[in-house]
Amino acid sequence: MKKEKINEMDLAFPAYSRNEGFARQAVCAFLAQLDPTLEELADLRTALSEAVTNCVVHAYKDSGGGKVYINVKLYSDRSIRMCIKDKGCGMAEPEKCMEPLYTTDQSGERGGMGFAIMQCFSDSLKLKTTPGKGTAVTLIKKLSEGNR
Amino acid sequence: MQNADVKSEFYNGILHFRLMGEIDHHTAKAIREKMDEDIFFHRPKVTVIILGNLDFMDSSGLGLILGRYTKMKDLGGTLILQDPTAEIEKILRLAGVNRLIEIKQSDRMEEKQNEKRKDQ
Repeated sequence: MKKEKINEMDLAFPAYSRNEGFARQAVCAFLAQLDPTLEELADLRTALSEAVTNCVVHAYKDSGGGKVYINVKLYSDRSIRMCIKDKGCGMAEPEKCMEPLYTTDQSGERGGMGFAIMQCFSDSLKLKTTPGKGTAVTLIKKLSEGNR
Repeated sequence: MQNADVKSEFYNGILHFRLMGEIDHHTAKAIREKMDEDIFFHRPKVTVIILGNLDFMDSSGLGLILGRYTKMKDLGGTLILQDPTAEIEKILRLAGVNRLIEIKQSDRMEEKQNEKRKDQ
């Protein structure tokens, strides 16, 4: 069977931290039409949350300025492509940022596990970042036939 | 529910925190402040964080747990995690938290999960 796009959504919102919960709920509601298992939905929800947090905390430095852009595509082979984008500061050393336990936080209240969680909870992760221009994270996950 | 809450109880020298709702970057700060206030007020030997009523937690929750672990260690006490859901336990194990902090299931929680299994 040829892989075809069957649906798509776009979401844009100001990078306020209170919008993180909204983004999770909106995307999960959209994903529900593919009937994911509870575990698959939980994984995608967590991965998305990490990506959005990165936009709010790192790209826009918790300033609330700027927007977070989310695009989700659903395909006929039950794969999902989520792209989370910002027009924030970008990363000078993306490899370093992706290392587990690497964090810029000094307070000891953040674990540096964002990218590790995104990688573990999806099938593939692509990162495109330009210092001063912004960052785009693309997560792909293929759902099982589980609930069908 | 998009908010998070924490209820605390102190008895037999043990401080219990019951987390509820969704812990993310946005909600973690208020929860952290409330927990630290209680830890410094009671100065318990043992603090238990109950995760069974938590609907969601991401790496901000890990930060919250690891931060309280450090605080308890500094005070000469221990931290125990109780009743994580399967979803939350996956994140704890991914971060290796289980090698640092004891995770236990209460009897009541095990009964609940057995019932669930029977229903399926």
